[in-house]
Amino acid sequence: MEAVRLENVKFAYREGEGSYAVNGVTLSVEEGEFVAVLGRNGSGKSTLAKMINALLIPTEGRAIVFGLDTADEKNTFEIRKSAGMVFQNPDNQTVASIVEDDVAFGPENIGLPREEIGRRIGFALDAVGMSAFRSATPSRLSGGQKQRIAIAGVLAVLPKIMILDESTAMLDPKGRREVMDVVKKLNKERGMTVIFITHFMDEALEADRAVVMHRGETVMDGTPREIFSRSDELEMYGLALPRAAYISKKLAEGGMPVGGAFRAEDLAEEICASLQKA
Amino acid sequence: MRIVAKGLTYTYNPRSPFAVQALKGVDITIEEGEFFGIIGHTGSGKSTFLQHLNALVRLTGGYLKVGEYDLSSKKCDVLGLRAKVGMVFQYPEYQLFAETVEKDVMFGLKNFCRDMGEEEMRSAVREALETVGLDYEEVRDRSPFELSGGQKRRAAIAGVIVTKPEVLILDEPAAGLDPLGKKEIMQLLHGIHGGWCKTVVIVSHDMDEIAENCTRAAVFSEGKVVMEDTPAAIFARSDELLLLGLDIPVTAKCARILKERGIALDTDFTSDDLIRKVLAAYAARKEGRGC
Repeated sequence: MEAVRLENVKFAYREGEGSYAVNGVTLSVEEGEFVAVLGRNGSGKSTLAKMINALLIPTEGRAIVFGLDTADEKNTFEIRKSAGMVFQNPDNQTVASIVEDDVAFGPENIGLPREEIGRRIGFALDAVGMSAFRSATPSRLSGGQKQRIAIAGVLAVLPKIMILDESTAMLDPKGRREVMDVVKKLNKERGMTVIFITHFMDEALEADRAVVMHRGETVMDGTPREIFSRSDELEMYGLALPRAAYISKKLAEGGMPVGGAFRAEDLAEEICASLQKA
Repeated sequence: MRIVAKGLTYTYNPRSPFAVQALKGVDITIEEGEFFGIIGHTGSGKSTFLQHLNALVRLTGGYLKVGEYDLSSKKCDVLGLRAKVGMVFQYPEYQLFAETVEKDVMFGLKNFCRDMGEEEMRSAVREALETVGLDYEEVRDRSPFELSGGQKRRAAIAGVIVTKPEVLILDEPAAGLDPLGKKEIMQLLHGIHGGWCKTVVIVSHDMDEIAENCTRAAVFSEGKVVMEDTPAAIFARSDELLLLGLDIPVTAKCARILKERGIALDTDFTSDDLIRKVLAAYAARKEGRGC
């Protein structure tokens, strides 16, 4: 089933000025897909993301989420339930002083009975590996833990799509790994549709599909490997290859029979192989 | 200004149930002229240490001298020190506050250089904005909040460098920026390093960034400095870094696997050097076979 369909959507923060943050994007995301969205600061990624859960309504075009048009106010509630969003700063997403109250915020707002809320908290904290912290204070957790609580808060509403808007940007490598592992698990084991906005090229490698945005438009769309094999284009859009891929490319330019590595491990393999053949 | 710390200790919330000893005896020497990197986990004490350097956290145990300023002494001229040691916090754009970019950047000057005239201040602001790559005429009257993410970061940095601090400390200056933005920030820092800004100290979780940019680095772990050396020497001890739960650069990951396969490369772990060394090894092997 099609989870998200954007039909030539445009969005202007100030109408009438003719400058669009998102300028004519057509995109379809299938249920269960893991899509990474790449692009420079200001390329329109966050604006696009906010149009998927009706935080922003397209100035032009249509955004359809599981068959519902975001422009119709009657659908807003349903759409926000099915498309949950996790933001960049873990400290701005905490509403309560105890982890379980924080996770309960969403379920309480959709008016679930008390027992069901309890079950949802248990389920959500378990899914992000934070059950042991149910009675903890969010402010005393690490960044990665806080983001996992934010994810749990979204999960407790049982969304079908999870949108992460640079949710790993403020974390250290360990925190980033924790969040990525949780998101991958949700995607693989529960079929959660994931839209993952990031500046880390190595994170995009973990997605099924990568979309590159530039000046409000989608300019590249394919598997991460396809995208990273078009390095000249990437550079044009202000992005860079993952470092291992960059080194591999330079070695090939230097005359070595290598190419195609994206991770350090693959790079070492191909260097090893070509040195042995030399 | 040389920075010397010996046995620096610090405890948050002392004598309370929430007491946390953040620094457990930090020894470190940062020479004038270095582009110094600080590595370590969240909670390893890096930020607490940095905040000591311009007396945002007052010294409670140990010895710390920054240039001629002895922070162990009660008589230390803190305002003088702060004018010379600029501190750019993580996500400095969150600290933009004034109605216009010009007023925002001028704030530091008004506090540190009170005898400076309005005209002189304006020209200092112009210089600072141009140094960070913003067009003074274009942005001076704009609200800092209207700028793009990368521009906001630059404007915030301009607000610190406007007083031309001799030592510039930046906590993850490139975090959250896109790859080109990251590169531009690092170029900007190299551009001012060596001029009025003699010493740059950066904190980074990006080991590639440390390997590519720093003259020396220190690894913080559990409130202590456990390594202090060149990036080449630090990343040659990758096994120890991994044991500490830290990341290592892609170049070091690659070199490690090659070493296991019997291919030892004497590299400093910058990408360019690794590329050179691998190509040289390849050429040598080809030649060997040709003979």
